[in-house]
Amino acid sequence: MAGPSMDLLRFATAGSVDDGKSTLIGRLLLDSKSIFEDQLEAVEMTSKSRGYDYTDLALLTDGLRSEREQGITIDVAYRYFATPRRKFIIADTPGHVQYTRNMVTGASTADLGLVLVDARQGLTEQSRRHAVILSLLRVPHLVLCVNKMDLVDYSEDKFNEIHAEFTSFATKLAIPDLTIVPISALKGDNVVTRSQDMDWYSGPSLLHHLENVHVASDRDLVDTRFPVQYVVRPKSDEYHDYRGYAGRVAGGVLKPGDEVLVLPSGMTSKISEIDLFDKQLDEAFPPMSVTVRLEDDVDVSRGDMICRPQNAPQPSQDIDAMICWMSSTPLRPRQKLSIKHTTRTARAMIKDVQYRLDVNSLHRDLETKELVLNEIGRVQLRTTSPLLCDPYEKNRTTGSFILIDEATGVTVGAGMINTAS
Amino acid sequence: MTVHADYRLSQLAELEAESIHIFREVAAEFEKPVLMFSGGKDSIVMMRLAEKAFFPAKIPFPVLQVDTGYDFPEVLETRDHWVDRLGVRLVIASVEAAIANGVVVDDGKTSRNRLQTGTLLHAIEEEGFTAAFGGGRRDEEKARAKERVYSHRDDFGQWDPKNQRPELWSLYNGRIHAGEHMRIFPLSNWTELDIWYYIGAEEIDIPNIYFAHQRRVFRRDNMLYSESEHNPLRRGETVEERTVRFRTVGDITLTGCVESNADTIAAVIGEIAVARVTERGETRGDDRFSEAAMEDRKREGYF
Repeated sequence: MAGPSMDLLRFATAGSVDDGKSTLIGRLLLDSKSIFEDQLEAVEMTSKSRGYDYTDLALLTDGLRSEREQGITIDVAYRYFATPRRKFIIADTPGHVQYTRNMVTGASTADLGLVLVDARQGLTEQSRRHAVILSLLRVPHLVLCVNKMDLVDYSEDKFNEIHAEFTSFATKLAIPDLTIVPISALKGDNVVTRSQDMDWYSGPSLLHHLENVHVASDRDLVDTRFPVQYVVRPKSDEYHDYRGYAGRVAGGVLKPGDEVLVLPSGMTSKISEIDLFDKQLDEAFPPMSVTVRLEDDVDVSRGDMICRPQNAPQPSQDIDAMICWMSSTPLRPRQKLSIKHTTRTARAMIKDVQYRLDVNSLHRDLETKELVLNEIGRVQLRTTSPLLCDPYEKNRTTGSFILIDEATGVTVGAGMINTAS
Repeated sequence: MTVHADYRLSQLAELEAESIHIFREVAAEFEKPVLMFSGGKDSIVMMRLAEKAFFPAKIPFPVLQVDTGYDFPEVLETRDHWVDRLGVRLVIASVEAAIANGVVVDDGKTSRNRLQTGTLLHAIEEEGFTAAFGGGRRDEEKARAKERVYSHRDDFGQWDPKNQRPELWSLYNGRIHAGEHMRIFPLSNWTELDIWYYIGAEEIDIPNIYFAHQRRVFRRDNMLYSESEHNPLRRGETVEERTVRFRTVGDITLTGCVESNADTIAAVIGEIAVARVTERGETRGDDRFSEAAMEDRKREGYF
């Protein structure tokens, strides 16, 4: 069970009911003893009343009534389980309805992406699309589960065929770490324990891989980035002169004594203390939430960024980004939106839609000048005030932003910065 | 909590960092936040996280308690202790007063738990709160698994599960129109066990009814309830003394207890780690009414 010192892995799953994704998640929850008796009983009862021959583990993850009625998953759902080694947070996204919007959302916080294919069908347009989205969101680890191996007689040839096809497809994508596992979610083969029926497979079971994949090094520990969230000023007698800059470390390792540069003002100072509640720390690194104090009385406020004099993000009002559009009203040039990037909010105007990316074929459609719901494209925008940007491929925190419709207040787009100038 | 040598945070430290980030983001972006404090363990952990987020400054928002009139006295004691220690303003929204003022109607059939919703929404509107922190966790219940950290509520305080805003990275969208408010769930990614490990690691003061104690109880619908003037016995029910503890804490008429000898945090953790029934399934009468009980109450504006 989740001990206090174990670490955390966030992973996103994608796939439709037919791929057995819900069954796989149900299996992971059940075999790691994260399902409780009352939950299992409810699912067993429903399965029986629907006349199924076996307990449909997929029912464990169908949360809302309308989903149970329609037998589909509407939205991203978060699930939790733990083994003695790790705690896991699953962002479970549906494969069909609103798939891009939901998958982009689920993948945005994931350390690892899990794609399922049906061994009988091999790679489909949908599984390629899932891999493309995970690579666009720079999810550092990808696992392809070749599921339903029991239905192809645990055939090594079949597995090798899919393995080769996917590996060759993946060379076109940014996937730093790829693992391919033959499984049967229904029977439990290679999910938690190694399969007895696939002695030709020498790799780890899925859970073993999830427990051991190394994720700490995925975070940038070199380029110091500390977006200031909130200024702590107690205004009490005891802490009369206290002035601390609270935030979450987005990159690098901060230490007392470090020389720092504050953007956008360009002023420099040194870190005097790093506070976490009533303790002073020797260092702070992502994703810690701390309060930084500086030696000099410089003017720092929310939206500013503390970085190093020789290593700073680019302040820019002209941004080139990949945008996933999430609204039923299309994105068009000259449209004005609100943009939130780290702790900074500004207004932005769409200057140009350069191309629309076909997430199935990776084809770039240069003719289109708009993006409709669930489309991804390369867009140029101009902001009213400078954002302190890094390319998304270097830093997922300082390289990402959301777009908000100014009238409705709804989040309508997710952006990943290519370059800022 | 552990920081590993290779710049890894323990999962508990990572959850803490995420929650602190959320508290600060809300304090920076919302005009009038409030922390909904029930006195239960989750809301006490929220208090602790808020204390840490703004230290050495005081928590920059008040706490709101919906007083059902049926609360455990031990819980109210703990509440007062926390409020005093942190020096925060306490706003009490009383269900009794709401009934007296006609804000909600007590028809004698509706539970106090259900009447809380109207009382709460009225208090939020009266005081003009724009953001309300709640202790809900996504592991609690299926409907909660899909709730956002920032959960938008319309003019009527309603949650629309099919029309939620996408929530990406750690970029929270706090836009609301006048009259609307946002529910904020900083413990979204915590599990029941995480809460207990954190209470242990931080030596957090929680009501003693979470630990094994002697109590006069009776059995109803296969759950053990505390003897109380608010919960008259029905035909055939008898009171007996048992060694019990509470796994969740709510309205005394709806919160069941479990037989347990766990009188320390370590013993409670040991018990939960091998528990085979969810905390809500085991001890909350309010979630048992129908398969979609929680979903319905959430749509109406419940916590």
